Amino acid sequence: MADQIKLQVARYRPGQESEATFDDYDVPCPKEWVVLDGLNHVKDRIDGTLSYRWSCRMGVCGSCGMMVNGEPKLTCATFLADYAPGPVRIEPLRNFPVIRDLIVDIGDFMRKLATVKPWIVREEEKPLSAGEYRQTPEQLDDYKQYSMCINCMLCYSACPVYGLDPNFIGPAAIALAQRYNLDSRDEGSAERVAVLSEHAGIWGCTFVGECTKVCPKNVDPAGAIQRYKLTAAVETVKAFFMPRGAQ
Amino acid sequence: MSQSQEQPEYQHRVLPPHISTFWWLEKGSYFAFILRELSCVFVAWFVVYLLLLVRAVGQGDAAYQQFLAWSATPLILLVNIVSLLSLVFHAVTFFAAAPQAMVVKVGPNKVPGSLVLAGHYAGWVAASAVVCWLLLGA
Repeated sequence: MADQIKLQVARYRPGQESEATFDDYDVPCPKEWVVLDGLNHVKDRIDGTLSYRWSCRMGVCGSCGMMVNGEPKLTCATFLADYAPGPVRIEPLRNFPVIRDLIVDIGDFMRKLATVKPWIVREEEKPLSAGEYRQTPEQLDDYKQYSMCINCMLCYSACPVYGLDPNFIGPAAIALAQRYNLDSRDEGSAERVAVLSEHAGIWGCTFVGECTKVCPKNVDPAGAIQRYKLTAAVETVKAFFMPRGAQ
Repeated sequence: MSQSQEQPEYQHRVLPPHISTFWWLEKGSYFAFILRELSCVFVAWFVVYLLLLVRAVGQGDAAYQQFLAWSATPLILLVNIVSLLSLVFHAVTFFAAAPQAMVVKVGPNKVPGSLVLAGHYAGWVAASAVVCWLLLGA
């Protein structure tokens, strides 16, 4: 096992540089260190100007997504030793504007996410005295997979459609819309259909499938999108053939 | 224009995203995706070819024989062989994607993806058997 490993870290200092450059850092490489540990070592011991996001260090918060040797990864769950003898190239997530060094602007996603109403929509709320909304384990199972999304943006970074068409709502937002569409307590699917059924919604997806491959939580956004395509197609046929109000 | 209230202050200094024209060569899975998309051209070709066949049959024996002779020319033969390979690739990759799109439930239980996939192949075999029966047995 190598004692040290070289990190090639993308740097972008707005106001000083017009494009990204790379700085090399040699960091320790014990078997239990993840890429984020390497970056923290650089920040603490070598170069305090390096900027990146992280928080939980346990694959829950979704803040430390970066490109590691060209692949979107959660750096808290990616071991340095797997890349020995190195070097390890660390870049900001692809398809997003870079604010500084490894920090990207995910404002576009946050704006799009709100348009699909990722919360439980009720036509009429029950009074508190009526108690909680109950679900069977089978009903929970219908959407639980999609509820595991941590908004880490790895799927957007892997999706060439999002890179080529910035209007595309994107994998995570659609998966999260499906998370609520499939929830037995939700009554908002009709409100989401207008956004999801646009070209920039599900029909923009050409099913490359990379979003599912890179997802660290096994959410399967590609599956969510294809499932909704099937639902939307069936609803369109029903709307065409069935009398108004009989759907 | 004054500083927009919706645009953060850093907006004018960000490094915009860039995607290469040759992004589809960067990963094997991207390249396989492009091949699958390209195979649609050959699907369209087979539709046109089938329509030409139907038209030739409708125009009588002479036109049909002429169509067969044209189909046997090296160029059309080559195009059809490439098209067949493309269609098989298209079908296999399409079927492989089917379990992701179709969540079939029997009662409270989900049908495993492998069974959904097997159902597609069974349908393919059945359709092929019908075509073979029409061509050879009927």
